[in-house]
Amino acid sequence: MKKRLALLLATAMVLGMTACTGTEPTTTPETKTEAPAKSEGVMTHDEYIAAALESKVVVETYVQAKQSWWDGKGTFYTQDQDGAYFLYEMPCSEEDYNKLVPGTKIKVTGYKAEWSGEVEIIDTTFEIEDGKYIAEAYDVTSLLGSDDLIKHQNEFVSFKGMKVEAADDNGAAYLYKWDGSGSDGDDLYFKVSTGGTTYTFTVESYLCDKTTDVYSAVKNLKVGDTVDMEGFLYWYEGVNPHITSVTVK
Amino acid sequence: MRKMIGLRILTASAILTATVASLTACHGAGTRHAFQVPEQFDETKPVEITFWAKNDTNKVQVGIYEQSIRDFEKIYPSITVNLRLYSDYGSIYNDVITNISTNTTPNVCITYPDHIATYMTGENVVLPLTDIAADPRYGLGGSEVKYDSVREDEIVPQFLQECYIGDTLYALPYMRSTEACYVNKTYVEAMGYELPEVLTWDFIFEVSEKAMEKDAEGNFKVNGQTVMIPFIYKSTDNMMIQYLKQVGAPYSTADGQILIFQDQTKNFLYEVGHHAGTGAFSTFKISSYPGNFFNAGECLFAVDSTAGATWMGTHAPLSDIHQDRIVDFETVVYPVPQADPEHPQMISQGPSICIFNKSDDNEVLASWLFAQFLLTNDVQIAYSQTEGYVPVTLRAHKSEEYQDYLSKRGSEEDHSLYYSVKIDAAELLLNNLDHTFVTPVFNGSASLRDAAGSLIESVCKSERRKETVDNAYMEELFSTTQARYHFDQMSSVSPTGESRKDMPLPLASKLLIASIIIAWIGMGIVVAVRRYKAKKN
Repeated sequence: MKKRLALLLATAMVLGMTACTGTEPTTTPETKTEAPAKSEGVMTHDEYIAAALESKVVVETYVQAKQSWWDGKGTFYTQDQDGAYFLYEMPCSEEDYNKLVPGTKIKVTGYKAEWSGEVEIIDTTFEIEDGKYIAEAYDVTSLLGSDDLIKHQNEFVSFKGMKVEAADDNGAAYLYKWDGSGSDGDDLYFKVSTGGTTYTFTVESYLCDKTTDVYSAVKNLKVGDTVDMEGFLYWYEGVNPHITSVTVK
Repeated sequence: MRKMIGLRILTASAILTATVASLTACHGAGTRHAFQVPEQFDETKPVEITFWAKNDTNKVQVGIYEQSIRDFEKIYPSITVNLRLYSDYGSIYNDVITNISTNTTPNVCITYPDHIATYMTGENVVLPLTDIAADPRYGLGGSEVKYDSVREDEIVPQFLQECYIGDTLYALPYMRSTEACYVNKTYVEAMGYELPEVLTWDFIFEVSEKAMEKDAEGNFKVNGQTVMIPFIYKSTDNMMIQYLKQVGAPYSTADGQILIFQDQTKNFLYEVGHHAGTGAFSTFKISSYPGNFFNAGECLFAVDSTAGATWMGTHAPLSDIHQDRIVDFETVVYPVPQADPEHPQMISQGPSICIFNKSDDNEVLASWLFAQFLLTNDVQIAYSQTEGYVPVTLRAHKSEEYQDYLSKRGSEEDHSLYYSVKIDAAELLLNNLDHTFVTPVFNGSASLRDAAGSLIESVCKSERRKETVDNAYMEELFSTTQARYHFDQMSSVSPTGESRKDMPLPLASKLLIASIIIAWIGMGIVVAVRRYKAKKN
């Protein structure tokens, strides 16, 4: 029983790591065309953004990455050609979760919510549709610190030429958990700066676990390194990107 | 910064695991060797034990665990303690459940009694501590223990009692906390209210509704900002549990009958839901950590654990929000809101220590020696000072070191150590030891706790979405919650092996028993007829 459970979890984790391979391009833009017309009753991204919190929303979007499946739910980073949608704990069978590989088009019905600044869709149902789209990372380096950054919340983005700063008073380049109280396998927190401002970035262990290239790459960072990064523009009381690849320049 | 997504996932996953565990825990657990206290602890033989410890994502707490292990290993050089860190009880629980069937549980584990009840479904999995605690040589205060071990009468009686399941001691208390209502006194008084001696639900809801008033620009009058959630509760399971206790409403019986699905629960859900609908109330799961809103002046009443006090208030040593968002106000620490101010009731919570049985008695004894060590003053006082925890021993309470710590409330000698809100939170529990309670522990009690919170979360979400919340809604909610947590399929045997006597049998069971009786009667008739014929022939 335990072996089976472990195998299922491992499978889920491996499938969940598809966004974190690091050594290969994390984006394979297949289309740069305009967004296809939405089905009847489906919101455009603008309509989704304009919708009130707690209201019912219906969107068509494409899976970009996913956190590990557990307890009949999966958390998905999704995006269409116009913007992103974070699907928090979307109920799905493990079989369906495995079908929801990057690029898969889904129609999602749920409620718009906000948690610590992160706008997300919760209490969702979904159906898989025909279509495929994988977003190209959008460079938001110049938007860091600006009010325009939040317009790209949850999108797959890139950061170029940022400098690794000390994560604590001891000069560590990264920490396990926010204050270093964790251990290998936990989230990694590291600080990077640009334009004189320092930001905290995260390797979310449910998205990219300790077996991934990005996890190793962050553990090999040194204060002072210049790095290019890609990830999802997650929010927690301010911008807190979930990084999926790091390249030291 | 605290783990956000993961915490929410693990909280949810623990629900399922609890349920699954309650249904399947008998499989694979097997029968293990019963521990006998050895004549002598064999220090010639190296022993390696594992300690799964929970911290509050707090580096200082991790350091205290590590120092405790170093100190213990100096006293007992033959024992090596391997530390594995967790930052939430749900993960420990999940991992223990997974490891029970393969006998790869840790030796010593920080846990909740609710969880122990599930661990206990296999025989001798969790070490009963009654006998070893009383052992004159190696027990509490034992003569052969190589450090100044606490005696049983030096442990706060209520805290020790919480570690009994039935008549058997299954854990040692490690730290204790309760919940506190952290109040923005400055804003409440600015609204024209005087804070009462005891906070009541009515008072909090009244002030919270008043705080929803906006000015002509659409900003909330009380803080001049666009965001205000006057009342936020971190743990909605505790919210429901404490309310039901305060009004004397049923929750569960000691042996595991689920009694929460009744009218007083409904009435509380209507009340709470109403205020969620107006925006005057929200929860951690819906909005975020109460402290984040509280410190930004966006919340007046934030209920969180006293063990989270270092995150609460204008000058909190820890904060998740940017310094620019923190506003200046006076924080006062109250017990949780009460239904009957004359008879306050508040939950007692906090980590306990359990020991898992192993085939080697010397290894188990080493585990026990380490577990006891965690009750010594150095560990107790240091760990309690990291948050609004209270040491579990009277020895620590009475010590000069601890009294000195309490007396330095608010001292800038060390702001973080003597943070006033943190010490107020600890004193809140110290002053209310006689007003604390715990809920009955049985196989499934962890699921019931989750269900209690989920009722509130569901109603609040529905009200925020302007759905109809009426009696039909409540009946459906009760029904789906009972099904989700498999309350209709729970084991009818308590962890201590006592059968539930008053539960009516399900129809299927009645039919099965009836069919067995009929079959036996039929067989009896056949035998009787055959004998009669044989005799006749």
